[in-house]
Amino acid sequence: MKPSRVPLYTTLAVLAFLYLPIVVMTVQSFNAARYGGEWKGFTFSWYAKLFEDRSIWSATRNTLVVAISCTAVSTIIGSLAAWVLHRYRTRLQRLHYLVTYAPLVVPDILMGISLLLFYVNLKILLGLGTVILAHVTFCISYVAFVVLGRLQDFDYSLVEAAQDLGAGWGRIVFRVLLPVLGPGILAGAMLAFTLSVDDFVITFFVAGPGSSTLPVHIYSMIKHGSTTVINALSVLFMTVTFAVVVISQFFSRNRPVH
Amino acid sequence: MESILEIKTVNKAFGAQRVVRDVSLSVKRGEVFSLLGPSGCGKTTLLRMIAGFERPDSGSILLDGTDVAQLPPNRRQVNTVFQNYALFPHLSVADNIAFGLRAEGKPKIEIQEEVHRMLDLIRMHEHAHKKPSQISGGQKQRVAIARALIKKPKILLLDEPLAALDLKLRQHMLLELDRIHDEVGITFIYVTHDQDEAMSLSDHIAIMNEGVIEQLGTPAEVYELPKSRFVAEFIGDTNLFPGKVASVEGSDYCHLEVPGLGKILAYQDRPVAPGENVTLSLRPEKFNLSREKPTVPSIQNLLPGVVDTIIYMGSETRYVVRCGEFKLNVLRQHNRCLLEEKPITWEDSVWLTWHADDGNILQSTNGTPATTPNADSAP
Repeated sequence: MKPSRVPLYTTLAVLAFLYLPIVVMTVQSFNAARYGGEWKGFTFSWYAKLFEDRSIWSATRNTLVVAISCTAVSTIIGSLAAWVLHRYRTRLQRLHYLVTYAPLVVPDILMGISLLLFYVNLKILLGLGTVILAHVTFCISYVAFVVLGRLQDFDYSLVEAAQDLGAGWGRIVFRVLLPVLGPGILAGAMLAFTLSVDDFVITFFVAGPGSSTLPVHIYSMIKHGSTTVINALSVLFMTVTFAVVVISQFFSRNRPVH
Repeated sequence: MESILEIKTVNKAFGAQRVVRDVSLSVKRGEVFSLLGPSGCGKTTLLRMIAGFERPDSGSILLDGTDVAQLPPNRRQVNTVFQNYALFPHLSVADNIAFGLRAEGKPKIEIQEEVHRMLDLIRMHEHAHKKPSQISGGQKQRVAIARALIKKPKILLLDEPLAALDLKLRQHMLLELDRIHDEVGITFIYVTHDQDEAMSLSDHIAIMNEGVIEQLGTPAEVYELPKSRFVAEFIGDTNLFPGKVASVEGSDYCHLEVPGLGKILAYQDRPVAPGENVTLSLRPEKFNLSREKPTVPSIQNLLPGVVDTIIYMGSETRYVVRCGEFKLNVLRQHNRCLLEEKPITWEDSVWLTWHADDGNILQSTNGTPATTPNADSAP
């Protein structure tokens, strides 16, 4: 019997469905035609134009400021949350777990609206600060669950062994916990970084004037036309995000511990 | 010899469960002391209290005369070899071994010398730079021992150190442990559920069950003179005869009336009175098995039986012999079995003999009923 070709075609169809739009966008970003449609030759001019646009640079700067601060804060809090979730058994632990898990399943638009209402009620001025805070709220959960995954393989007797050999908590944290859990924490941080860079919906609600990030800026550019520059910007954006994800995958890959 | 560790009426409960109950024992300086028992008997909890990972609810733990019961693990001069070795995966073998001395802040040169000495002891110089993931189970075991010994502990605690190794390697590591113990002369406390390990390595064995020590003694004592049914069955195989004292013969012997078997003569360790319910334990290798009815002195017991099962094991053969209403385990060393004219086979009528001194009347201590019939040897 000839092997069935159905799986092959299914795979190709799924891949096309997922990646064809991205391929089209990438090709279009090098198309000299102003409005797409037909191929009028290869050009870098959209990329050149991109680098001349000051508003894009400012959005990029905002994005990086938000992503880096959010990553730093949520990595620390998220890792500690994972440790506490893993290590302690109390009756409230299920509740803690639920609270940490909730941001992963609550729709972004709900998070965005509720955060906006929260800020408005407390009369907090919208700006980079509110964006960072909003990103931290959901990034903590992602970091916590990535680190929690690493902790499932973590052998607590390593800590006991270190104590047994005379190490205090400082030495245990820096010489045992961080080196062993480091890859997991780094993977969590990378994930937080990409999520923060990519986030549109929540940022759209909580960003004030002058604090829009790249995704929000791209959205407003679409409204003003000039799709070709957006193509170029999206390709660059995607490349950077993709690189971060690949690196984080590399670090979170399970390597034998024993 | 003076004792290096004195444990006095230590108790520990987790919630409502009392895992260690009024345990007292003393360990002599330089010996190998085993805590032996089935899983859940409290041996590991007791070890963890000696190490400092658990605090006893009451009682004292005297290490070289000072009570350490409430001290954290890093302030006691005991070190532990963990069951899964717990080597630091990101550090090389040499760095793992050096960890304890670095934590103390010892000068670099001294650390280097000590690590070198330890690598000599465990014969692993060529692997010093390797990560734990690159060495074998037996090698990890040796590194874990060196890492603990470099602290020059007063006692080395070993928590089921060979449980993760396969049989051949386990036997090899037993010899290796024995060699290391001889070389360093440090007191070992060894936790295991494997009676062979405990028997072959220890100077003294404490057999634990349900949080209490059932019996404490040398390997020969606990094997030959088990006090309770639990000990008799946990250490090696045995045959149990529940019966009643029929008559006392002089100061040393008594006759037991065993229902379903008849009268047997037994040595009495402790004074027994006629009418008392007792259980006699008899090891399988104490029997003598023969086809012809032997003529035996009156100090020997003689029973007719029928061979039920034969399990040939190379160096020895196990027989199950039906005897009255009992099925008895009999162990026979080989003496030229292929040369025998008519080897013993299934359903053969045979005679069992044993010396009255070889049976051991159990003491019903620690609430273990010594008179309930044994599921294996009763009909």
